[in-house]
Amino acid sequence: MNFFLRIRALVLKELQALFGDPSSRALLMMPVLLQTLLFPFAATLDVTNASIAIYNRDLGVPSTELVQRFSNSSAFTQILNVRSQEEMAHAVETRTALLAVSIPEDFSRQLAEGKSAPVQVLLDGRRSNSAQIAFGYLQGIVDGYVKDRTSASGKLPPSTLITRYWFNENLIYRHFTLANLVAVITTIGALILTALSVAREREQGTFDQLMVSPLTPEMIMIGKAVPAIIVAFFQATIILSAAVFAYHVPFRGSLLLLYVAMFFYALSLVGVGLFISSLCSTQQQAFLGAFSFMMPAMMLSGFAAPVENMPRWLQIATWPNPVRHFVEIVKGVFLKDASAGRVFSLIVPLIVIGIGTLGMAALMFRRKAA
Amino acid sequence: MSGLSFRRLKALCWKETLQIFRDPSSILIAFVLPVLMLFIFGFGINLDVPRLRIGVLNQATGVEASGLDSAMQGSPSLDVRHYRSLEEMSTAMTNSEIRGFVVIPQDFSRRLSHPEDTAPVQVVADGSEPNTAQFVNATLNGVWQTWQLQNADDHGRVAKGQIGLEPRYWFNPSAESRNFLIPGSITVIMTVIGALLTSLVVAREWERGTMEALLASPVTRAELLLSKIIPYYVLGMVSLLLCVAASRWILNVPFRGSLAALCVVGTFFLLSVLGIGLAISTGTRNQFNAAQAALNAAFLPAMMLSGFIYEIASMPPFLRAVTRLIPARYFVSSIQTLFQAGTQWSLLMPDVFLLMLSSAFFLGLTAKLTRRRME
Repeated sequence: MNFFLRIRALVLKELQALFGDPSSRALLMMPVLLQTLLFPFAATLDVTNASIAIYNRDLGVPSTELVQRFSNSSAFTQILNVRSQEEMAHAVETRTALLAVSIPEDFSRQLAEGKSAPVQVLLDGRRSNSAQIAFGYLQGIVDGYVKDRTSASGKLPPSTLITRYWFNENLIYRHFTLANLVAVITTIGALILTALSVAREREQGTFDQLMVSPLTPEMIMIGKAVPAIIVAFFQATIILSAAVFAYHVPFRGSLLLLYVAMFFYALSLVGVGLFISSLCSTQQQAFLGAFSFMMPAMMLSGFAAPVENMPRWLQIATWPNPVRHFVEIVKGVFLKDASAGRVFSLIVPLIVIGIGTLGMAALMFRRKAA
Repeated sequence: MSGLSFRRLKALCWKETLQIFRDPSSILIAFVLPVLMLFIFGFGINLDVPRLRIGVLNQATGVEASGLDSAMQGSPSLDVRHYRSLEEMSTAMTNSEIRGFVVIPQDFSRRLSHPEDTAPVQVVADGSEPNTAQFVNATLNGVWQTWQLQNADDHGRVAKGQIGLEPRYWFNPSAESRNFLIPGSITVIMTVIGALLTSLVVAREWERGTMEALLASPVTRAELLLSKIIPYYVLGMVSLLLCVAASRWILNVPFRGSLAALCVVGTFFLLSVLGIGLAISTGTRNQFNAAQAALNAAFLPAMMLSGFIYEIASMPPFLRAVTRLIPARYFVSSIQTLFQAGTQWSLLMPDVFLLMLSSAFFLGLTAKLTRRRME
């Protein structure tokens, strides 16, 4: 009974330290709100509002119609008509255009004769990802045009490719970003908070006071872990609600599964945070140390670019990264209605990581206490 | 009013420098983390897709269907796995084992050879990874188009009126996403050093009470601020040069600009982020809060709103306006130009000018906040 009473006292003290101070309260809430408001709009790899330069040397109807179709597309809001090769290159160079299309003078004639008509496209390699996606859109427009021409001539193309997107029919990037944001915010909250709170106590000398009290290192760890988990849950819930109610991201899976997964994830992060802070003596070290873990962990988690794009050895090396598993869980539960089996197979690594880090942290704390 | 004694300034700078080197976390942040991040951005974040994992369910018999199947298998951009049922393939996609699949229906060959009919082929891509899904679509379209031309050719039918788009890359011929991510990532690293590290510095002095000790001494406001700025500026510049050198010689990202231009651009950007970091720490007086504020006000905007991964033009108008206030945006743009285009002052001048303005603003803000705190 004593055990629980003591931990309860610790947890209450911790929560008071976090929520009692108005600036601290603000710092827990504001960033979450800010990120939820801004980043879904910022974080898109879609190409909209791009500018395209067109150097059309052909005088025929087909080229004019093609150019018309380009400008009707929502992806390209600015069409620059250029008169020379140099102007075209200059537009790309000065970032005035993301890509430039050069239509040769015999374009319409080649088409009329039933031959293939090549068109050169110049892409800004400095923004290569956007340029490639914009190129993909151009390809789609050209395909549509060719299809219309063939069906207008009364003939059907021999075969067609029909593409559909599952889990996110219109490829709304926001769905992807918000699902990831839940993972990211939980990470920052649980990790930084834990690492900093222990380090702060150490710097202020109150940690030694805790150590000489009847509390064991394990109790202290639980006392630090519980508030961090509570805060992480709280922040994640804010984003979840914003995602579902404000941004209309479809939530297809089980809420219970998500929270269970979140619990184990927060636990593993707390383990990392406690371990890092057990190695540090100042807040600066704890913060920068936790940050040095968090940055690589987030980058390698599939949040910005997919894990499968990484070289095989790196994919295996990032298995101990809890962020990676949780990002997959969140996306799975949100967008794909992942089954319990699938989610549990992803929770197992989190449990392993959690046990590992908490164990090591306990070891370090004991050593420092002795 | 505040004068400036070089003797005192030198002493203060030396104190700061000692503090930097005695604390392993400063070394971690300034040298270890940047190199680590460069490697991660070099190898871990890859927006170009090496081989797309897709599933194929070939329900048709017949030469044309297997022709299309082989064409897909033969493509260097596709890693094809065959499945026997739609359920199996769907589950594979739900479990992220494949990022898309193709279904060639039973009546494919029949409908293909019928002159009045079209043979549809179904493609489904995993929308939960929108970027990859678009690549799946584009790649399969490419393979299919080539196959179609080939097929028409073989059957004596001339492919009528095909329009072929031929892409050429300007500035980054190999289109490796690395070449554009790494210059941008150097920005993030510089922000971390400039803002995160320094945000803790002044706050710590207030927490420990050493700030009051300094105030009781003859040290003037100007000396105090300069003693914070100079050592971290030097640290930041050394780190910047290290990052560029590592990118150039270890990761083989071409750097076409001049060292002088890099230093100019780097100086004004560092001064801006240093200003941000110091302003935060002077404002919060508390390491815990300073750390979180720096994370949210400096680091996250540098990641998300600087144009480094996410294109600014694709953002809604109000957000685009917000990005104009973020120094990282101008630094990303100039660093990308320096790496990939070279020292072209016509391209660099606007960015450098704005960086000069922002450094003046943030350092001025810090000076003002410091005066208020000191009185």
